[in-house]
Amino acid sequence: MIVLSYFNDLYGTFFATRSRTINTVFVTVISLLALFAVPTLANEYWLQAILIPFLVFALAALGLNLLTGFAGQLSLGTGGFMAVGAYAAFKMTTAWPEMDIIAIFFISGFFAAGVGILFGLPSLRIKGFYLAVATLAAQFFLIWLFNRVPWFYNDNPSGTITAPPRTFAGVMVTGPEAAAEVRYLVALVLLAVFVFFSWNLMRSRFGRAWMAVRDMDVAAEIVGIPLLRTKLLAFGVSSYLCGVAGALFVFLYLGSAETIAFDVNVSFLVLFMIIVGGLGSIAGSIIGAAFITILPIFLTNLNPILGIDLAVDIAKHIEVIIFGGLIIVILILEPHGIARLIAITRERLRI
Amino acid sequence: MTVQSESVAGGGGEETAAAPEALLRLDAVEVVYDHVISVLQGVSIDVPEGGIVALLGPNGAGKSTTLKAVSNLLRVERGEITGGQIHFRGERIDKLAPGDLVRRGIIQVMEGRRCFPHLTVHENLLTGSYTRKDGKAAVRADLERVYEHFPSLAERRRILAGFISGGEQQMLAIGRALMSRPTMVLLDEPSMGLAPQVVARIFSEVRQLNREEGVTFLLAEQNANVALGVADYGYILDSGQIALEGTAAELQDNPAVREHYLGLSHAVEAASDEGGHAG
Repeated sequence: MIVLSYFNDLYGTFFATRSRTINTVFVTVISLLALFAVPTLANEYWLQAILIPFLVFALAALGLNLLTGFAGQLSLGTGGFMAVGAYAAFKMTTAWPEMDIIAIFFISGFFAAGVGILFGLPSLRIKGFYLAVATLAAQFFLIWLFNRVPWFYNDNPSGTITAPPRTFAGVMVTGPEAAAEVRYLVALVLLAVFVFFSWNLMRSRFGRAWMAVRDMDVAAEIVGIPLLRTKLLAFGVSSYLCGVAGALFVFLYLGSAETIAFDVNVSFLVLFMIIVGGLGSIAGSIIGAAFITILPIFLTNLNPILGIDLAVDIAKHIEVIIFGGLIIVILILEPHGIARLIAITRERLRI
Repeated sequence: MTVQSESVAGGGGEETAAAPEALLRLDAVEVVYDHVISVLQGVSIDVPEGGIVALLGPNGAGKSTTLKAVSNLLRVERGEITGGQIHFRGERIDKLAPGDLVRRGIIQVMEGRRCFPHLTVHENLLTGSYTRKDGKAAVRADLERVYEHFPSLAERRRILAGFISGGEQQMLAIGRALMSRPTMVLLDEPSMGLAPQVVARIFSEVRQLNREEGVTFLLAEQNANVALGVADYGYILDSGQIALEGTAAELQDNPAVREHYLGLSHAVEAASDEGGHAG
C-alpha cells in the first residue's frame, strides 16, 4: 500500500495532480496489467521483440535522464556505460557460474558507475556541448577497449559475449532456454525497483542538489553544495542504471552481442528518448522509451491493419517519414516532451 | 561630523573603533581579475558581530568583488586575491571553499537573486539547508521561521521559483540563505530592479532579522539612501578603494556623501522639485 501511494505520487508529480483517486486507479491498473495480464496474454513476439527491449531502454533512459534531465550534465556516453555493465556481468557470471544472476545484474552496475565517475571528472571544468564531446570520448574509448582486449570476451574467437543459462530461485532467467515471460518479468521488476529508487532520490537532498546544480551552478555552490561531488554522484548513479540496463540488454534481450550493439547510435537513441519523453521527468523517460521503441513497430503493422497494400520498401520509407515527422510535431507542440504534453492535456480536461 | 577618511593602502583595520572584536575583518585586500585588471586596491573592512554594515559606491567600484572575495567566488570570474587577509572570528578564511564558509556560518546572497527557477519555492528553501547536520525537525522549524518572516513565500511554496515576482525572488534568496543558519549574510545589491515599496519591505525585514535573530549583515548596495537607513556603519568604495567610512548617521550628514551618493545636492533637489511641479 505504501508502494502504491508512492507510485501514485510519482504519477501525480509528472502528470497533473487533479485527482488522486484517478491516479491511484490508473497506476494500479497499469501495474496489475503489466505484472499479470501482459505475460499471459502477450505472445512470444510481443514479449521478445517489443516489450523486453522497451523495458531495457526505459531503464537506460531513466539513467541518462537522472544525469542530463535532473543534474544537467549532457552525456553521449550512454552506450559505453551500458557496455561496461554488460561486459562486467559477462565476466562475473563466466568466472563464478554459481553466482546468483540477479545479484550479478545489481553488481555489474557498480563497474559502470566507477567508469562513469571517472569520465565525469571533466564535468567540473567543462559544460554543455563541450561536456557532451568529452563523454563521447568515453563512448569511443570503451567500445575500442572491449574490442581490443580479448580478456573482456574470454578470448572467444567470434569476439562476442553470450548470456549463459543461469537460474534465479530455480527458474531459468538467461540463456537460450529462458522463457520470454520470465525475462520480461525480471526486466519489469528491476525497472520498477529503479523507478522507485530514482523517485525517492529526486525527493531527497541529493536530488535537490542535482537540480540546483542544473538550474544555476554558482548559486548551488554559494549555498554550500559541493559541485564536483554532486556532479560525480550524478555520473555514478546514472552510469549505474545504464550499466544494469546494458547487462539486461545482453542477458535478457539480445542473448549474445558484440560491441557494435553498444555503439554511439545507442547513446543517441537513449538521448532522443529522454528529449521526446521529457527531460527531468522520470515518467518521461519511460514514455520516451516507449515512443522510440514501440512506435516504429506499430507503424510497421499499421498497413496490414488498415488493409492498405503497399510495397514493402515504400511502406518502410513512409514509416520512417511518419516517425520523424511525429518527433518534430511533438517537440514543436511541447518542447518539454510527452510527459508535459500529457500533464497539460489532463489539466485542460480536468481529470 | 568628522568622517574618518582613511588612506587605504595602510589598512588601519586595528584602529577602527567599530567593535571590540570584529566578526569579519578584511585587511588590505587586493583583487586582480585575469591577472591584469586590478579591481580592489587594499580594502579594509570590519564587520562587528550583530551589526549591519553597508558597502556603498557607484557601479564598478568593487562592492560585489569585495563580497565575492569573502565568499571565495572570484575564481568563477577568473579573479584572484593577490594581497591582504580575510579573517572570520579571527580565523583566516580566504582559502576556504564556499561550502566550508557556509558551514562556518557565512553565506552570500548573490546579486540578481539567483533562485533555482525549476524548483518550487519550498524546494529552493530546502537547498539552503544542504550543509546542515542537525536533523529534519530543526530544518522544518527554520522553514516555518522563514515563512513567518516572508509570508508571501508561504503562499507560494508550491510554485516554481521562476514564476514568482522579482521581490519574492529576492526574499526567497534571503530565505534560502537563512536556511543554512548563518551568523553572517553577505547581501549583494538586494534592491536591484525592484520597486521602492518592495525594496523598503526587504530592508525592513533585514533590520528585523538583525534585531530579532542577531544575524550580521554585510550589505553591498548602490541605493545608499535605503542602505544607510538600516545600517549601523558604512564604507564608501570608489575605484577599488575605501573613499570614506563612518557611522550611518555620520555618512548621511556628510555633505560630500549627500551630494555624490544620496542624490541630495542642491542641483538634484532643485531638479526633483521641478519634476514635482511639472508632474
